[in-house]
Amino acid sequence: MSIEIKDLSYVYSPGTPYASTALKSVSITINEGDFLGIIGKTGSGKSTFIQHLNALIKLQSGSIKVYDIDLTQKKPDLKKLRGTVGMVMQYPEYQLFDETVEKDVSYGPKNLGLSEEEIKGRVREAITLVGLSYDEIKDRSPFELSGGQKRRVAIAGVIAMRPRVLILDEPTAGLDPRGKKEILTLIKKLKETSSPTVIIISHDMDAVAENCDKVAFFSGGEILAEGAPRDLFYDDDLLARTEMEAPAIVKLTKALENRGVTLDSHPINKQEFVQAVKRWRDE
Amino acid sequence: MNNIVFGQYYPTGSVVHRMDPRIKLLAVILYIVTVFFIKDYTMYGAILVFVLGVSCVAKIPLKVLLRTVRTIIFLVLITSIINLFFTRGGKLLVKWGVIKIYSEGIHHAVKLTLRLILLMLFPSLLTLTTTPMELTDAMESLMKPLKVIKVPVHAIALIMSIALRMIPILMEETNKIMLAQKARGADFDSGGVLKKAKAMIPVLVPLFVGAFRRADELALAMDARCYSSVAKRTKYKVMHLSVRDLVGGLICLAVFTVVFLNKYLWAFDSMILALFK
Amino acid sequence: MPIKFDHVTYEYPMEEKPVVAVKDVSFEIADGSFVCVCGENGSGKSTLAKLMNGLLQPTSGTVTVDDKSTATEVEKELFAIRQKVGMVFQNPDNQMIASIIEDEIAFGPENLGVPREEIGERITYALDAVGMSEHRHHTPYKLSGGQKQRVAIAAVLAMRPEVLVLDESTAMLDPKGRAEVLKVAHELHAQGITIVLITHFMEEATQADRVIVMSSGEVVMDGTPEEVFRDREGIERYDLELPIVDDVAAALSQQGVPIEDKIYSVSTLAEAICRSK
Repeated sequence: MSIEIKDLSYVYSPGTPYASTALKSVSITINEGDFLGIIGKTGSGKSTFIQHLNALIKLQSGSIKVYDIDLTQKKPDLKKLRGTVGMVMQYPEYQLFDETVEKDVSYGPKNLGLSEEEIKGRVREAITLVGLSYDEIKDRSPFELSGGQKRRVAIAGVIAMRPRVLILDEPTAGLDPRGKKEILTLIKKLKETSSPTVIIISHDMDAVAENCDKVAFFSGGEILAEGAPRDLFYDDDLLARTEMEAPAIVKLTKALENRGVTLDSHPINKQEFVQAVKRWRDE
Repeated sequence: MNNIVFGQYYPTGSVVHRMDPRIKLLAVILYIVTVFFIKDYTMYGAILVFVLGVSCVAKIPLKVLLRTVRTIIFLVLITSIINLFFTRGGKLLVKWGVIKIYSEGIHHAVKLTLRLILLMLFPSLLTLTTTPMELTDAMESLMKPLKVIKVPVHAIALIMSIALRMIPILMEETNKIMLAQKARGADFDSGGVLKKAKAMIPVLVPLFVGAFRRADELALAMDARCYSSVAKRTKYKVMHLSVRDLVGGLICLAVFTVVFLNKYLWAFDSMILALFK
Repeated sequence: MPIKFDHVTYEYPMEEKPVVAVKDVSFEIADGSFVCVCGENGSGKSTLAKLMNGLLQPTSGTVTVDDKSTATEVEKELFAIRQKVGMVFQNPDNQMIASIIEDEIAFGPENLGVPREEIGERITYALDAVGMSEHRHHTPYKLSGGQKQRVAIAAVLAMRPEVLVLDESTAMLDPKGRAEVLKVAHELHAQGITIVLITHFMEEATQADRVIVMSSGEVVMDGTPEEVFRDREGIERYDLELPIVDDVAAALSQQGVPIEDKIYSVSTLAEAICRSK
């Protein structure tokens, strides 16, 4: 187990006429090795939820435990927490600020209070991990890179903190098809090499179905369901209640069902679907 | 975000909302001058009653109006404390070590507090009942005479309106960037002034870069919609002075005149009395 | 024939050496068509869009709108072109000037010198066309991304354009917002407005009458969606992707399921699979 959340509730501007409830008694356990997809429409509480995991929002009620860091304590070790949970915000390239790529990527490790040598090693490692050439790019200004490169540098800035848990908010937003593919491949690689637990927020149901082994459906500040994509994406009632669309593969399977063709399984990606159709034809 | 009320329109569709923004703007200017001139409690009271009366007519909840005061509460506290401790004069009321509080000090502190709060209240009513666009239109209209001496009045008004629109967007962006850098271990709260200022660099740089990008895109979008600062434009919202506006303006004028001239009237009164003695 | 590109090249002036963004491009966009422009980031799509209404002027070659060249120094002629070819950009927050939606819509017509009474009618028409009438007197700040882009479209519609260019206007939106904007685009197309949609989303491209693919500043593919997406080699080479449904169709056909090579929707593919047994 890496993250355990119990009864987490949160209200913005409490005690004012503007008060609005963002989270209502949310409980979830995220295990090491999970690839969790968080989905729900805008304003369903997803962002408030992930901001809690990094103590970017002060805990109001409920409990959060990240490995052995207990956020209900009066003074939790925030440095340790931020070195454990890495957060890549939406459009992370808009947060680049330093003169060179190397300096920018070392910002996080520096804040962790690491030694010069350690920082240097980590920065090199992180830049290489995101698929850029360290020697070529380290002295360049982050502002003159291409959009895709900027996003990679921004991700490297988080990876350099060596988080066990990597959280990404809409990591493929605004990218072209190739950029999207590359970032998704990168995330999978990071999961295998450096950050065993990955959480993504995404509106791209096809990408979630394809990549995640768990999904959590947010709606009105609550988690309505949590489980395997294969089960939840076939739950019409759940999709309707959370106002989410099914992934294309699920839509296809349902369209076949409506025409009297029932496949022998619930395919969740292209390969499974093609195999299921083949089996049906061979029957 | 929600606690910044100054500059936030609070639509209720009241008479005050529908008043000509130019009259409202003039009233505020007159009001500020008046508040600076008055000195006694009755008059502060009178002004306060007037402000509350207007906010009633404007259907602005008292809570919303008072929240605007909260933004300056720190300033109010500091200045009144300074006045309390450093004003000499009147009766010595408290003597505790080096601290001496005189009756004049208390008067000064209370009056200053009242004045600052009053100064905040009425202008807030203006921004609560007038959209930024109306305000800039009003400013443009009132500044029109300056056109004669080649002041680009329209451009100034447009800049103000865009600035007003961008404020909430930039606030939100600042917040986002701060969160992102906090997630990378940034510490904005500890250390001395210098350290705190330095900690803001990773926030300010992206913020400025972003603001320039926005400005570029906005300029392009304005070009695409045929904006020209020299060509003749029409105006969709034309301000007309109605009888209602004039009456509203006259009421304000009357109240301020009475308050403003009050002490002179008192003096006049006693002069007359003295004559008959 | 509203828009015609004739051997158009555009170079961005750079300190060291100019960067070629569009290279010797020739094509025409027919009245009433729905054209989708695809291509990876940096392929010159956005530059192409800005050449269509004179926001950029070609380094060589000519762009004409209704036989009038966009390379004109006369503001009036340029405005006539921009009135005909309206443009909506990517970031909804960076293209709005006003703090009230009605004022935002009025901005374009005001610049064109449209009489006041008519501006009112145009606002009503434009907000109706995008389904945002009930927000007329609100601020755009609290709207969703999709709603903001609909307002941006309305702001262009109020100028009564013949062509609407959407320059990645769906890129920053969630699926719901994207669907809203696309629905509006198709409705406007049905009313006779020519649509040029620049996008990364291949599903959007399959709904157009024509797809133009750009790569390194050149037009490398141009045809109906069927023609373009059937060219698997081209799709691969220019870093595009097949829409998922068509990708599945291709995989099925590769695995020996007799599926015809064409563009599918979920329901038509389901039909085809049913028929395949």
